[in-house]
Amino acid sequence: MEEYEINYRKRYSRYIFSYVALAGILAILFVCGLNAGSVSISVKDVFRILFAGEGNEAQLNIIWQIRMPRIIAACVLGGELSLSGFLLQTFFRNPIAGPFVLGISSGAKLTVALSMIVLINYGFAVTSWFLISAAFAGSLLSMCFVLIISRKVSNMSMLVVSGVMIGYICSAVTDFVVTFADDSDIVNMHNWSLGSFSGIDWENIKVIAAVALVAVTAVFLCSKPIGAYQLGESYAKNMGVNIKLFRGVLIVLSSILSACVTAFAGPVSFVGIAVPHIVKSLMKTSKPILIIPACFLGGAAFCLFCDLVARTVFAPTELSISTVTAVFGAPVVIFIMLNKKKQI
Amino acid sequence: MSVGYNGKVLIGGIDIELERGRILTLIGPNGSGKSTILKTIVRQLKRLSGCVYIGEKTDFSGIGAGGSKIQSSTSADKIQKFDLSGGNNYINIKPAVMTDMDKLSDSELAKIMSIVLTERMNTDLLTCGDVAATGRYPYTGRLGILSADDRKKAYEALKLVGLEDLFDRDFMTLSDGQRQRVMLARAICQEPEIMVLDEPTSYLDIKHKLMLLNILRKNVAAKGVTVIMSLHELELAQKISDYILCVKDGFVQRYGTPEEIFRSDFIKELYDLDNGHYSEVFGSVELRSEKAEPKVFVIAGGGAGMMEFRRLQREGIPFSAGVLHENDVDYELARAIAVKVISERPFERIGSAAYNEAAEEMKKCGRVICCVSEFGEMNEGNRRLAEEAKAAGILCEDYTKLF
Repeated sequence: MEEYEINYRKRYSRYIFSYVALAGILAILFVCGLNAGSVSISVKDVFRILFAGEGNEAQLNIIWQIRMPRIIAACVLGGELSLSGFLLQTFFRNPIAGPFVLGISSGAKLTVALSMIVLINYGFAVTSWFLISAAFAGSLLSMCFVLIISRKVSNMSMLVVSGVMIGYICSAVTDFVVTFADDSDIVNMHNWSLGSFSGIDWENIKVIAAVALVAVTAVFLCSKPIGAYQLGESYAKNMGVNIKLFRGVLIVLSSILSACVTAFAGPVSFVGIAVPHIVKSLMKTSKPILIIPACFLGGAAFCLFCDLVARTVFAPTELSISTVTAVFGAPVVIFIMLNKKKQI
Repeated sequence: MSVGYNGKVLIGGIDIELERGRILTLIGPNGSGKSTILKTIVRQLKRLSGCVYIGEKTDFSGIGAGGSKIQSSTSADKIQKFDLSGGNNYINIKPAVMTDMDKLSDSELAKIMSIVLTERMNTDLLTCGDVAATGRYPYTGRLGILSADDRKKAYEALKLVGLEDLFDRDFMTLSDGQRQRVMLARAICQEPEIMVLDEPTSYLDIKHKLMLLNILRKNVAAKGVTVIMSLHELELAQKISDYILCVKDGFVQRYGTPEEIFRSDFIKELYDLDNGHYSEVFGSVELRSEKAEPKVFVIAGGGAGMMEFRRLQREGIPFSAGVLHENDVDYELARAIAVKVISERPFERIGSAAYNEAAEEMKKCGRVICCVSEFGEMNEGNRRLAEEAKAAGILCEDYTKLF
């Protein structure tokens, strides 16, 4: 056998190993998430409750009504977030692009806050689909701003700076709105605007899962043109990619993904940058067909871990999820910046 | 067709017809629009007017029959046609099966045309094999999964450019020249009918320039690929191309075979060479030297004087040369860089007119270098000149210590 085929097999086993490792970590964290909390339920009890359906009323409630939805939300939203980051990095050819850095999460946050206040004021019920639509509108709006700016400046650090500025403006307006909202709204809103996976119920999960299923499948099916796009627009076009259509699809998909996260968990920072980078380094490739599923797994595990830290380390006080993701994600970003300095 | 940016016509009236298996090279000064033309052909830029046709023609058009006739004997002969601006005057060619390039989808075009560009890329953790294998992209399925056959083709393409050892190396760790070769491999394993290359030789050293051109030639000969490219190296363009297109100032200055294009006066005009001289014999340019009173007289001939001419020019010493036969390489070079050249008609004995003129010039210069060591009947005059110089004490034996 030729050497390149041998090396190919070697790399192949590396990919399989990475997948197994990511899935294993995710499974362990999943059980830990169910096990840990202000009421500790032993692993044995967790399994009994999950598979046999036995246990006392309180434990059953804690597992099924509080921890389970929260953990599933953390997994799915984390996966979506890191995929959104991966798409944006491909799109802008910028390793530190991500929904939070480019102000897309903040845009979604603003529209969600505004529409929630308006709706609650007029006494309407806020549905999950409505939240997502509002967040999607906000994401697209900030995305448009970022796109306009990226037309004017080709420098990638400038792009990030302008994204951060957009983020600050949106956050400022959100804070302003929240400050003047009714007292009863604020309690919920304040928690949400900082980012948290708490308070997500099964009804939310259904919507999240539906959106995630469609969007993630769509992203996966796009892995071929994404791979071509990595070589640059001209080459991608020469490979038969319809660039205009592809760019449009990429924008819509990344907006949907980050909108879904923001609508339910508020803005979550750094996951979108850190996870794709870690996954790429782990697998030593950037081939989208391999990276996209791994990114989802990695994002799920990362968010699950961060959520676990957020609610257990200083229990009963709960940290905001962004605080924890920043602690673990920001060093990765700094590392990337130092590494890519030559290219910026 | 006409090409340009943002609706502004940069170059109009481009009308080329090219047969399958030919190499067309675009030459012209920087910023003349070579890349614009190429980008328009591959549909990266919107064409402003006209059409590009790719197709087969059942009756054989006579231009440059040669090798392509072998292919045409069995079935149709493919030709690629680039139509005039605006007008569509090829409609009446029948029974041609011509496809307007606009009617091809992006993925259909991808199987016909491959490109090599000068733009620099930043890939992230892709190996050379990965990059080369992207040439197989149009042939893969919905998810773009490469088959073992695709990997083999990518490997073989890399082998062709001599980089098979780097198959598993990260693309970003390569030098510019190596990257250029990987991109060539990519273009080759795309198995196109037409390859479009924008300055493919930039970043390459001389060995790999030759390798690139050899690979192109082989591809053309073996697979009947048509090559359209732009080159800055005139000598290479002359050696490899079947046709040359000269672009300058928004016009196609000339279109023809290398023999028609590479003329001293035309190249000089094309590139506005007021500080140099293009020699059609050497196919390269010489620096123009200062016109001043010559200080040395060089006796040369048969190529013996070329090194010395160049050395004197480098050191800024004005010189005259003689007596040179007009079909001598020394004459060609001296004409470009010497202040004065005294010459004799080809294959003639050096006559007294030339001899006397040279003797006169020799005295005026005051110093003489004789590069010729062997004299025969034809350059007997030069032997006498050297002797005369020696007698007058102005012949420098060791001319490295001349000044």
